[in-house]
Amino acid sequence: MTATSWGWLVLAFPLAGMLVIALGWKVLPDRVAGWIGSAAIGGAFAAAIAMLIDLQDQPEEARSLVDSAWTYASTGGFSVDMSILVDPLSVMMCLIVSGVSFLIHVYSVAYMESDRSYKRFFAYLNFFVFSMLLLVLAANFVLLIVGWAFVGAASYLLISFWYRRSTATKAGIKAFVINVIGDVGLVIGAFLLFDATGALDYAGVFAQVPEAFAHNDGQLVAACLLLLVGAFAKSAQLPLHTWLPDAMEGPTPVSSLIHAATMVTAGVYLIARMHPLFEQAPAAADISAVIGTLTLFVAASIALVMTDLKRAIAYSTMSQIGYMILGVSVFAYSAGMFHLMTHAFFKALLFMGAGSVIAAMANEQSLDKMGGFRKAMPFTYATFTAGALALAGFPLTAGFFSKDEILAYTINRGDWFIALAIVGYITAFMTAVYAFRLVFRVFHGEPCEQARELEGGHLAHAEPFNPATGEAEDTEAGFPGPEHHIAEREGAMKAAMGPLALLAIFAGLVQIPGVTDVIEKFLEPTFAGSHYAHDHPSDSAEYMGMAVGALISIAGILVAARIYLWRPGTSAKLQARFAPLHKLLANKWYFDEAYDYGIVRPMTALGRFGRTVIESAFVQGFLVGGTVGIVRAGSSFARSIQTGEVRAYAAVLLLGLSAIVLYFLIVAS
Amino acid sequence: MDISWFIVLSAFIFCIGAAGVMTRRSPLVILLCLELMLNAGNLALIAFSRMVGNVEGQIFALIVMVVAACEVVIGLGIIVAMYRRKLPIDVDDMAELRG
Repeated sequence: MTATSWGWLVLAFPLAGMLVIALGWKVLPDRVAGWIGSAAIGGAFAAAIAMLIDLQDQPEEARSLVDSAWTYASTGGFSVDMSILVDPLSVMMCLIVSGVSFLIHVYSVAYMESDRSYKRFFAYLNFFVFSMLLLVLAANFVLLIVGWAFVGAASYLLISFWYRRSTATKAGIKAFVINVIGDVGLVIGAFLLFDATGALDYAGVFAQVPEAFAHNDGQLVAACLLLLVGAFAKSAQLPLHTWLPDAMEGPTPVSSLIHAATMVTAGVYLIARMHPLFEQAPAAADISAVIGTLTLFVAASIALVMTDLKRAIAYSTMSQIGYMILGVSVFAYSAGMFHLMTHAFFKALLFMGAGSVIAAMANEQSLDKMGGFRKAMPFTYATFTAGALALAGFPLTAGFFSKDEILAYTINRGDWFIALAIVGYITAFMTAVYAFRLVFRVFHGEPCEQARELEGGHLAHAEPFNPATGEAEDTEAGFPGPEHHIAEREGAMKAAMGPLALLAIFAGLVQIPGVTDVIEKFLEPTFAGSHYAHDHPSDSAEYMGMAVGALISIAGILVAARIYLWRPGTSAKLQARFAPLHKLLANKWYFDEAYDYGIVRPMTALGRFGRTVIESAFVQGFLVGGTVGIVRAGSSFARSIQTGEVRAYAAVLLLGLSAIVLYFLIVAS
Repeated sequence: MDISWFIVLSAFIFCIGAAGVMTRRSPLVILLCLELMLNAGNLALIAFSRMVGNVEGQIFALIVMVVAACEVVIGLGIIVAMYRRKLPIDVDDMAELRG
């Protein structure tokens, strides 16, 4: 079988899984549906590996295969094919997406067990994986947009999975609206490209770019900026990021899969995929680099003070994606994709650990109430710490190599990019602090009540409630199930977290500067045409960067240890001392408030004006009411003529006839 | 004979019929007056037919007679139905189609 046939199989497995679970929901037992979903994704992962092997057999210059299943539309000199593109970039994305998704499915089999909508969950989850794989395998803009929109829809369905929770449905709507803004940007961007090149498939567009556009051509920059709107909305970059923290209303495996490991990296993939465009329009790439840097800084600063465990990790995700966006925007594609991969491992792992902790806390998510889980949950502690080490960029972990590579490439660009790299290093320090703030506050310190109970072998139970508002809930469909599942007691959850912990620690070894370069070598054929393909920082510069990164990371961990571990109470003192700053950060830089006052309220006011004035006065009163009035007056006149008197009718008839005869007589004479 | 005599006679009969339709209240008389109007028309048709010298007008008159016969049958049928139901035989009282 060729690589492209394996590519079709990669798509077919999750689609089949979704259909089987969705159609068989009445007859399938819960656990079976979960295992079918997991097996489907496992199959996709296996097919992706086969695709990788087949692709590696090809000579380097032939490692970009397009296969078309059928022609979707053919008109006016262009055609849209249902076609997939298999090249190292898409294969790498497929491997990451299906691999991490598989582990998260396995985790969910246990974690979601008592949920009343268990099968619906797996049908949605498989649908998401299918959409994401479609997005990364698409060989033209139309299919890309289809996958892009499917992914947004899947995200909406899964965020509002607990549909009886008003906070969850609102978060789902928010995510969907912002994602649709991104979709619109993507569609218009694709149209601008089609307008200039007359092609919709990647190969056709990229081939035309050098002739169709001058360097920094206005239309190309506009198209790239519109693509960036799509990328930023999906990847939660400023200023379209506000949906991601709210998306944590969804079940924890969803946060882990969609809102950390896979979907939110679609923007990074998009920029990497569109690299011929961005290299021809560096102005757009520079804007993207600046926004990525702003995001990574702002998000990390918010993560420092968030007291909601999942939201803190969500801001960390935003921040890490900022690094990736910075990486691919300074044309360090392999570094950006490398960080995408390592981040998928450790962030999925962190969320899984968080899910385990939240279950042990009986759905409580506030850090203020947690503490001392170290002894009660040794496995969760070990894996969460592994994830946090990788996130903090502790030397020799996965995050260490990938983050420092991005920053080394950024410095290598010189000029003002050095300023971006400095912000990156400052943020790396903040990252280490907030990563270990979570570890120390959750697992160290005085054990909280639930931790002590768990040490005694009793898993905490509480009346079901909404962790965001404290409202009472029941455990029927539409709310979380009654049981809580922690990694310590569930083999499936352990089986998912173990490999990820190992990957979080060791995955960096595939790309050590001067030693190994697996990722870069593998991705080389995709980026062979890049002007920056051979623009590497020297090994010594990379080692310098790594030394600085290692120092920063260790310093950050030590600072976190001093604040939260050795001198408890320091954090309260800091909060009191820098009260305005803390207020700014705790309110997330007032983005939500700004949108509320700047967009939501004026729109609501406009809507109210439309409803009261335009709709009721103009449309209902004037247009509809006026038409009704005219018809009613006319018909009442016509009715008044109908007297029912036969003789009157005859008289009118004769009079009319006489009048006509008279008229003709007069005319004739 | 001059054709105008026929036409004037036809007009007279027509006017008598029309006046009867408009003034009388008994449906039976109205039907008779309608017959008068139709036959005035027939007379005119035949007169013109003689003047022009072909038979088309006469054929038309025959058709009008058939129509008139049908109409009388239906009209009388209605009047008999009204009578049987003991309704007043008066068109002014039959004004239920008032809008």
